[in-house]
Amino acid sequence: MTFDEIQKQAIEKWDKIRESGQTLVMVGTATCGRSAGALNVVKTFAKEFEEKGIDAHIMEVGCMGPCHAEPLVNIVKPNLPGVCFRNVDEKKASILVDSYIVNDELPSEYALGTIGDRGIGDVPRLEDTPAFKAQVKRVFRNCGLIDPTNIDHYIANEGYSGLAKAIEMKPVDIVEELKKSGLRGRGGGGFPAGRKWEACLFTSNPGERYVVCNADEGDPGAFMDRSVLEGDPHSLLEGMILAGYTVGSKKGYIYVRAEYPLAVERLETAISQAHEKGFLGKNIMGTDFEYEIEIFQGAGAFVCGESTALTLSIEGKRGMPKAAPRPRTTEEGLFDQPTLLNNVKTFASTPMIIKRGAEWFASVGTEKSTGTAVFALTGNVVNCGLIEVPMGISLREIIYDVGGGMTGGSQFKAVQTGGPSGGCLPESLLDTPTDYDSLNDAGSIMGSGGMVVMDENTCMVDVARYFLDFTEKESCGQCVPCRLGTKQMLEILTSITEGKGKPGDIDFLLELGEGIHAGSLCGLGQTAANPVLSTIRYFRDEYEAHIHGKDCPAKVCKALIAYDISPEKCKGCGICLKSCPVDAISGEKKKLHSIDHSKCIKCGVCLEKCPKKFTAVECVSQKQLMEVTE
Amino acid sequence: MKERLSTILEPYKGRGDRLVPILQMVQEELGYLPDEAMIEIADKTGLPESRIYAVASFYGQFRFTPSGKHKVMVCRGTACHVKGAKRILEETERHLGIKEDETTEDMEYTLETVACIGCCALAPCVMIDDDVEANLTPRKVTEIFEERK
Repeated sequence: MTFDEIQKQAIEKWDKIRESGQTLVMVGTATCGRSAGALNVVKTFAKEFEEKGIDAHIMEVGCMGPCHAEPLVNIVKPNLPGVCFRNVDEKKASILVDSYIVNDELPSEYALGTIGDRGIGDVPRLEDTPAFKAQVKRVFRNCGLIDPTNIDHYIANEGYSGLAKAIEMKPVDIVEELKKSGLRGRGGGGFPAGRKWEACLFTSNPGERYVVCNADEGDPGAFMDRSVLEGDPHSLLEGMILAGYTVGSKKGYIYVRAEYPLAVERLETAISQAHEKGFLGKNIMGTDFEYEIEIFQGAGAFVCGESTALTLSIEGKRGMPKAAPRPRTTEEGLFDQPTLLNNVKTFASTPMIIKRGAEWFASVGTEKSTGTAVFALTGNVVNCGLIEVPMGISLREIIYDVGGGMTGGSQFKAVQTGGPSGGCLPESLLDTPTDYDSLNDAGSIMGSGGMVVMDENTCMVDVARYFLDFTEKESCGQCVPCRLGTKQMLEILTSITEGKGKPGDIDFLLELGEGIHAGSLCGLGQTAANPVLSTIRYFRDEYEAHIHGKDCPAKVCKALIAYDISPEKCKGCGICLKSCPVDAISGEKKKLHSIDHSKCIKCGVCLEKCPKKFTAVECVSQKQLMEVTE
Repeated sequence: MKERLSTILEPYKGRGDRLVPILQMVQEELGYLPDEAMIEIADKTGLPESRIYAVASFYGQFRFTPSGKHKVMVCRGTACHVKGAKRILEETERHLGIKEDETTEDMEYTLETVACIGCCALAPCVMIDDDVEANLTPRKVTEIFEERK
């Protein structure tokens, strides 16, 4: 069968779902949805439909992005736009069946927006809501809208048509198109993809060529790649097959975290379906091009996100980065053969560039950072979730428009991008455009897409310590600056957070940071100090408060805080007393309670438990407490 | 154990390049990597035992002691951290009476931390076996473990 025939059939099947007169219920069952209980919601719908004899079709889809609204359900009634309902638990699912599906009464208070050409009643189009208005869905264009286990859905939505077009082009022309598009590596480094593909195409190494996809998404607080793998796995396969054709490879590897079992399952299904359609295996799309893709599950080492460590890991070795100077991976990569290694989102971006052209791709974004940026927006922000925005949009727009602002009206303090290799930026830099170069200049990095928003209750020294703790543990131990440097930095940061900081610590941290940056072998070490350097640069006063004032302004660092009961406010209700896990609180009923500070473990349960009408338990600084007791 | 292992290892004779997936399969089967298994893997792949151990000890996924019936994973992702994951870990440690990476004496629970579960909108969270406990507070941790008693 030719590709045109395959595509025609797929479109017929896709249209049939919509035109069948059935109500279609799409439930987001990616990992984030499942965590929020989406599988139970699927069961509830199925049970309701069976019991009430309703003719409806349930489809499990990937993640549409707004994790804060999970489980997310999109109900498409015949001849109406779909309606996205938020936070649908089992009870809400039953209500939706009775109200919207059976009686056509739309409970608009549950609706997030509509998907289609118009709103319904007072429910606006999702695209017109503040959270989605600034977004441009390209990498995520299918996520949450198609069944990721059905290849026909992907094909019916332009899937594999980029490959079909590419396979009739000359590899050099594909490379030229990529170069023209300005696509840069989406793993964080931002190396021009076209140049990398060109280097692999014209490598001087005559060996067998490999294509490797880095899906070892290890940054804490980042899950963009997982969402693509779970919600639209064929987009990655198509990109990799296209890459294989371009650089003349027969074999591709997907290096995916073993902690992503659902993503692995979805990829396995997708690979076997691609085989059935003749997009993998021998004689792909009727040509003599042959290609196979194998899944390799990473075993939990952050450093394997580094390209040379990753390839060593596939070879069955310890994932320790190779020292520079060394040949580029496109010369000597996996098994010392020429290897093209890109991130999930980079590969997934390429089919549409070939299909729609470089100009289309570069029509959004900035001159040097074209296309869209994908972020996992989390922390103290209202709309937590995955977002896709044009490159160059300001941090402020992301946090306040797309993200809906700070949770509970709290005060913005910092935004962290780039994970353990990135930095924390303050309010004064909120108008920084999010592109590779601007973020670099500001002292952070684009990274693979983690973006964590922090409020006034976040201690920046503690955040720096947190990241150093991570890199220190994940350091492969091969080179001294990283192995010992991160350890020493961590020790200093720990002592500062424990109130044992010494004058001169800040300068010492800066000096160490510089040394680690200059002396480490790989990117992990070279960037390890970034969270510390950026927090010193923008939040030096907090370091000084810890060191000189023995005070944690955010009241996070345990050694510097205490819990106390206000004599004016305490009514002696006894709730805190009963909930204290270490019996540190004493006091008779209806009389003032007090905390024995020698017993208190500062778990904060008393503060949490103290009734809102009293708010008698307070978190104070140690210093304040000492002054009071004196 | 030898029999169970040989079924797994048979197709990988001399395939040292498949070491990581081999270790994953063995751990999947046995729950951890006992010494006997390591020796067996060395035998079959033809790699020295030191190399098997070097690779296994490098990756966080592999464990050398048996784990408890239930796995408690406290997420230490950035989003969880800024929302108080440290206290959640401390409370969990206190309730189970063990530290990170330890197993309770009755072999009921193994406590681990994970760099990120990836459901940051539910932060801070803990995964107990396959269930995610979301938006935790120290008090909720108490409730969870009291309910499970």
